[in-house]
Amino acid sequence: MSGKRKSKLGIKQRYSMLTRGLGWDTTYQDMDKVFPYDNYEGIIIHDWDGWEDPFRLTMDAYWKFQSEKEKKLYAVIDSFAQNNGHLGITDARYVNALKLFLTGVSPLEYQAARGFTHVGRQFRGVGPRVACQMQAIDELRHVQTQIHSMSHYNKYFDGLHSAPHMHDRVWYLSVPKSFFDDARTAGPFEFLTSISFAFEYVLTNLLFVPFMSGAAFNGDMATVTFGFSAQSDEARHMTLGLEVIKFMLEQDERNIPIVQRWMDKWFWRGTRMLALVAMMMDYMLPKRVMSWREAWDIYFTEAGGALFADLARYGIKPPKYADIATKEAEHISHQAWHIFYNYTHAAAFHTWVPEKDELDWLSEKYPNTFDKYYRPRLEYLDKEEKAGRRFYNDTLPMLCQVCQIPMGFTDMDDPTTISFEVSEYNGDKYHTCSLGCRDIFDYEPAKYVQAWLPVHQIYQGNCGGAEVPDVLKWYNFNLGADNLEYNGSPDQKLWDEWQAHRKKA
Amino acid sequence: MSVASIGKYEFEPLDKVENFHGNQLTYFNWEQHLLFCAPVCLPLPPEMPFAALVQEVLPGVYNKHPDFQKINWDEVTWTLDQADFTPDMGKSLADNGLGHKSLLRFWTPGLDGIKGSHS
Amino acid sequence: MSRIVSITLQNNDDARPIIEAIEKDNPEATVNIYPAMVKIDCEGRLIIKQETVEELLGREWDVQELHLSLVSIAGNVDEEDDYFELSWNV
Repeated sequence: MSGKRKSKLGIKQRYSMLTRGLGWDTTYQDMDKVFPYDNYEGIIIHDWDGWEDPFRLTMDAYWKFQSEKEKKLYAVIDSFAQNNGHLGITDARYVNALKLFLTGVSPLEYQAARGFTHVGRQFRGVGPRVACQMQAIDELRHVQTQIHSMSHYNKYFDGLHSAPHMHDRVWYLSVPKSFFDDARTAGPFEFLTSISFAFEYVLTNLLFVPFMSGAAFNGDMATVTFGFSAQSDEARHMTLGLEVIKFMLEQDERNIPIVQRWMDKWFWRGTRMLALVAMMMDYMLPKRVMSWREAWDIYFTEAGGALFADLARYGIKPPKYADIATKEAEHISHQAWHIFYNYTHAAAFHTWVPEKDELDWLSEKYPNTFDKYYRPRLEYLDKEEKAGRRFYNDTLPMLCQVCQIPMGFTDMDDPTTISFEVSEYNGDKYHTCSLGCRDIFDYEPAKYVQAWLPVHQIYQGNCGGAEVPDVLKWYNFNLGADNLEYNGSPDQKLWDEWQAHRKKA
Repeated sequence: MSVASIGKYEFEPLDKVENFHGNQLTYFNWEQHLLFCAPVCLPLPPEMPFAALVQEVLPGVYNKHPDFQKINWDEVTWTLDQADFTPDMGKSLADNGLGHKSLLRFWTPGLDGIKGSHS
Repeated sequence: MSRIVSITLQNNDDARPIIEAIEKDNPEATVNIYPAMVKIDCEGRLIIKQETVEELLGREWDVQELHLSLVSIAGNVDEEDDYFELSWNV
């Protein structure tokens, strides 16, 4: 079959000419001055040409395929809006997952665009520079298409109106925001290890794949389409993550301990952030595809196991505390949902107690933990809510200095006792939620003492006022609509009206 | 370890005690009562008597829990910053050894939460 | 320990011939169907051959068209003019 094609350059040669062939070593200025940031982290590179580009995508092919993806995506978005696609979702509770996505995840795509634009300038090797520049454009595309897709829901549902503003201010959004701030303020190699490897390669499947499949299962065509459209770029991003790791490890053995430490750090930071995704999957999808526990088994234990077996030849070990994270898969979604249930009066989305068949599903999926630790509490909360005493926690929580999540996670060997860790630095105490977060603090305390912890900022008077309503106004919340319990919310009222109309029709 | 950086790396911590208008941050946790999802954080004057903490502050935080009224405060056990601790109710928080960002945990024997689930 | 490589594709018209080609060229592969997507797992190694996809599709097919349907992968990538391969080092 190959004979019938016009003879032209093979993919490898074409790629090489259109990337490396366009680079040069500077002569008027020393290369170290032109690329001043790619060696201060301690990573030693002997030969930038040792970089292997797994996908040999040249810029012309990149534009061609990206424009095709965009055309497909916008056809779906248009058709979704024209056909009132929001009426086809399984339940209005589902939209709350989109609210969390738009305020928590989409701004990270923009942060990623900024991060990759920066490192795409700073590497002296042409291969990684081109890969980072393409990824920067991808990330910009992701944030734009996500806003476009979800703008349709914003016409009808609350809490979707001020995502960038909220991302910079709201307490739980400081969790993803600080994650990316941490990555972007590191050097270029740590940035790629954190975002491209730990987040995209090891963990992003847990966000996009089962969750987007869940969106499909719940009738949300727009989200599935932007999700998979973004994800088709993600496979390329993942290979960048794996390549940067192999490149660093192959270049010099002194790189190994640095890379291992970054993997340990960013794996842990990533798992903490994914607690939000865990609860989206177990609690916020009215029709469920798989439990968080099952997703963890497939995408971390199985896929991650094969990956780290592959990296073992370089002397790399699986991330520290991976065993704890695996134990957490039995608990984390329930504990995270409970945090938001406690503080949903201060959140821009609704929470609720799952319905009986949903509780039964959780019992079935979590036979070791759900009935023992979580179901009695949820049934009590349900009873209180139905009796007109919806439980809210009126006092602001203690936060972890590193992941910034309220300290609601327990010791995994003692799931009724909160896990506490503390460090001292220059005479002050710094509390963390886990050994993983404590190690991160202890390695770079000078970085994490600068953490903008929302609760502490509120008490310092930097967030709009002393009372909770002042703070929520500063967050730009529409009080009584964006926040509080789902039952009785304007979202629910509207949804019930639509369902009643549908029945009548 | 110091931060690998492109220049001098020294910054002020954001949560120094001077930033809290005369108060210090105190964290509390009522153990085995996870209806309250996490420990709480409050800015309190260091000169506040410990008794006021028990009689005025903690009820405001925890009295929504059906176990709260049943607490026998004479039987409560405490830790302060992870060490066993017996508060002197008449003394101030500072004189009891509570500093900025101290963690106070308390256990209420015989009370094990909603349907014994430690919630 | 199992060394599974994996490719996830959208479950749509563009991807179906690719999925079929994978099944044909990798008889030991397992196909898992989820809402909107298909995840194919294979021990050690998995190949997509241009020739097989073209036969099924009845037209010329550029291996890089794979990008339009791809959702996720696990394994080291080797992309050539006439094949796309995932593998773990043994």
